[in-house]
Amino acid sequence: MQCPKCHAAMHTYNRNGVQIEQCSGCRGIFLDFGELEALTRLESQWAQQAPPAPPAYPAQPAAPAWGAPHHGGHHGGGHYRQRGFGRMLFSS
Amino acid sequence: MLADRDDGTVVRHGALVVKAHAPDTDPEAHRARLALAGHGDVAGVFLPPLPFADAGLDAQDGFDGRPVTVWPYGSPVDPEDPDAAPWEEAARLLAALHRTPPPGGSAAGLPEMRARVKVRLAVDRMVRAAPGHPATATVLGAWRTLPDRDGGPDTGQGGTAEAVRTLCHGDFHLGQLVRDGGTAADRAPGRWRLIDIDDVGLGDPAWDLARPAAWFAAGILPPEVWSRFLGAYQEAAGPAVGADPWVRLDVPARALTVQTAALAVAKATAGRRELDEVEVVMIDTCARIAGHRTDSAGSAST
Repeated sequence: MQCPKCHAAMHTYNRNGVQIEQCSGCRGIFLDFGELEALTRLESQWAQQAPPAPPAYPAQPAAPAWGAPHHGGHHGGGHYRQRGFGRMLFSS
Repeated sequence: MLADRDDGTVVRHGALVVKAHAPDTDPEAHRARLALAGHGDVAGVFLPPLPFADAGLDAQDGFDGRPVTVWPYGSPVDPEDPDAAPWEEAARLLAALHRTPPPGGSAAGLPEMRARVKVRLAVDRMVRAAPGHPATATVLGAWRTLPDRDGGPDTGQGGTAEAVRTLCHGDFHLGQLVRDGGTAADRAPGRWRLIDIDDVGLGDPAWDLARPAAWFAAGILPPEVWSRFLGAYQEAAGPAVGADPWVRLDVPARALTVQTAALAVAKATAGRRELDEVEVVMIDTCARIAGHRTDSAGSAST
């Protein structure tokens, strides 16, 4: 399946018998109906040996020193849907 | 007519696309590139050319001495819908190309890929077209931070470790992807393929990632889209970058920023128009590149 947020491919992982889908791009996690409850139950059962937490929400991808100063916020990509960038994406 | 630029004329006729390549195309290099595109080793990467006779044409050097090639028509990425662009597929195609050992036979004798020389050509065009434009000096300042500015092969002055040398597309952008329609009997949705062999050759594969890298660094390609593209490339074991991608991407991404900005200034001047907002972002990025030259260009500057 595709991540509903960033559209990258989601990979299925098995955590103590509970299947979770994690996005290969933004590392977001998708839980099917009942899976959150199942995880919560497991956590309370094995509080002493809790499974490792899933990877943290990703840091912004690395950028060069001369990169735009606003990386890290939601400002980046504000030009993405502008016609000018559309032209740039498709031309030499 | 799909395109008529100084680097080639492309005409569609039904299921066929005919391209008359640039008049100054090197015939031997062109033959090697064409042989590569039709080579079985890259069958899933490049859209293969059609045998010339299929188009009912009989003279391969027919149009004013310009080489002519014939291709199946494939539907391109929708420019109005960048969200639908196949970033992962594009990355996997590039990784597969970069991982393919250069084949022998008629594809041997591939020239240097042309990504580097195209930067210099863009800068030359800007200087000719817009010597007095206020942005020209800014772009030239960024240009001077680059090593190997003559467009020749990598001399390793880029500050990076030993250069990887692979098959390269040489001019990758989203307009270089089409869906292979397959045969008429095969109605399965076509797979994405790379098109345009004119800049194909051997070189540092990081240059094929440099446009998206430059757009991301400039702040106009969203970080998550860049992560999808780079992540898919790395998952497909593409050899262009290591654990720290910017070690290899820094020089090519600076170069593609310069190229994009230079062409923007040249085209805006020729069209007697102002730079648009996205073009201004690329000029601003050039200013930052020039400002960082002591950090990133180092001894490579001449």
